[in-house]
Amino acid sequence: MAARSASATAPAAGRTDRENARIEITGVTKRFLTPSGDAFTALRDVSFTVEPGQFCAVVGPTGCGKSTTLGLVAGLDKPSEGSVKVGGREVTGITDGTSFMFQADALLPWKTVLGNVAMGPIFKGANKKDAQALARDWIRRVGLAGFEDHHPHQLSGGMRKRVAMAAALINEPSILMMDEPFGALDVQTKAIMSNELLGLWEQLRPSVLFITHDLEEAVALADRVVVLSAGPGTVKEIFDIDLPRPRGSVQEIRFDTRFLELHHQIWETLREEVQRSYARTTGENA
Amino acid sequence: MSANTIASTSVQPAAKKTGLSIRRKRKLKIHAAQIGFAVVMLGGWQLFATNKWLGVDPFTYGKPTLIWDSLYAYFTKGDQATEFGSYWLQIETTLREAGLGFLLGTAVGVVLGVLLGMNRFLAEVMDPYIKIFNSIPRIVLGEIFLVALGLGELPHLLLAAVLVFFVVFFNAFQGVREVDRNILANAKVLGAKRLAIVRHVILPSALTWIIASLHSAFGFALTGAIVGEVIGAQRGLGLVIATDQGKFDSNGVYATMLVIAVLALAAEWIITQVEHRLLSWRPPSPSETASI
Repeated sequence: MAARSASATAPAAGRTDRENARIEITGVTKRFLTPSGDAFTALRDVSFTVEPGQFCAVVGPTGCGKSTTLGLVAGLDKPSEGSVKVGGREVTGITDGTSFMFQADALLPWKTVLGNVAMGPIFKGANKKDAQALARDWIRRVGLAGFEDHHPHQLSGGMRKRVAMAAALINEPSILMMDEPFGALDVQTKAIMSNELLGLWEQLRPSVLFITHDLEEAVALADRVVVLSAGPGTVKEIFDIDLPRPRGSVQEIRFDTRFLELHHQIWETLREEVQRSYARTTGENA
Repeated sequence: MSANTIASTSVQPAAKKTGLSIRRKRKLKIHAAQIGFAVVMLGGWQLFATNKWLGVDPFTYGKPTLIWDSLYAYFTKGDQATEFGSYWLQIETTLREAGLGFLLGTAVGVVLGVLLGMNRFLAEVMDPYIKIFNSIPRIVLGEIFLVALGLGELPHLLLAAVLVFFVVFFNAFQGVREVDRNILANAKVLGAKRLAIVRHVILPSALTWIIASLHSAFGFALTGAIVGEVIGAQRGLGLVIATDQGKFDSNGVYATMLVIAVLALAAEWIITQVEHRLLSWRPPSPSETASI
């Protein structure tokens, strides 16, 4: 019961310290050491900002360091140069108040749906009973009531995504990072999941950093679209999406004239990069 | 809403019934073939040994009926069954050594495997030493233990533990290394402390590997205990075998080997039950896991 009331008050509390949710990436370069001993530059001098509560999509061709960016913001990795700040503070360890969603769902296959969703509060130190009560609430919110005792392998791809979504949102993160979360889903399921994500996001309003290669998805969901160039990744252009909120169904917004305009505009920028990246990979293979 | 779209997993009762009977028939067939195999092997052995065909002499190769007689004698003569007390006492001794050695080896193997699996630096430092230790012939190790610790049960227990340790250790180590990177990153981002990660992510994930190793590990524990007893002991099945061998009683040796086989099968059954319990979350067939 205590957990239930805590969940009800948390969004309001989150709104007051919104500044925690600003992501500032300034002049970030990230190099990796390849197994052969060479330095590989994944990101070069990348700068952009995600305002608190903003939905920011990052698009770019494959291998442009999109996922690297996420790792840096989450604190899983450190930049070689430049700074990543969350809420005005330099990221040094694991960033507090963030959640992750991957393309391959990071669910624990040996835990039930309930156990998986309850992991967030348990990792934060909640006791099992409160964690499970909160998890039940979130399972209901993502429309999976009745599946608490199923194991991930018994669920469809879309249902597993719902579980991952509940697991990512249960701690009410101030920052939500998504790495092509719906990339492996079929088109219809993807649209449904996108709508649900928007619904939940509008309730909690975390800052979202959403990595995708699907431009339509990026424009339909985001307030801001960052286009990265082919590797090493640099920011090519940043677009603000002025489509009104709430957006409603992502399937319908695709026919909106402003949507088409923006989509066309961004695609012009992106196309060059995609072609360059494609030419390079095929050239290397030949 | 999505609840309605999920294909129900329940099957029509009639279909279920035929499915069950097909499974039962298959099982029956396998059991019949297994019994048939034993009959052919034992019957052939008996036939060859009785007629001394192809040089099969019952003096060296034994004879099933005589083995049965030895077995019968072992279990009916009470305290007089062996020079070291009743046959049950020997079984108990060997099982205790193997069982405790198994537990010890498994515990140390899991702890060290997880520790080194999580700490790359430590793993690379310890790597040559583990290889050196692993290269020591177990027989030599057994004799060292006997010289150091005497003829009691402890050296046998330790030999069993060493054999078990390496199997479990390498599996636990590999299991930890195979933990899904995404799951690890996710747990870290959700705020999991190191210990929570070990408990909720690393151990359960490595458990599949560890349990797979336990099947062969108990066989190794039995082997370790018995080899130790053959080298030198005051009690145990290995000592019974060594004594019978000294008396050129091949039937006695085979009888004890049969008992050991039964023990190994029983232990295997228990481990399989534990495996089913601990890994009940796994999907029924491996082809399905591939699609996750």
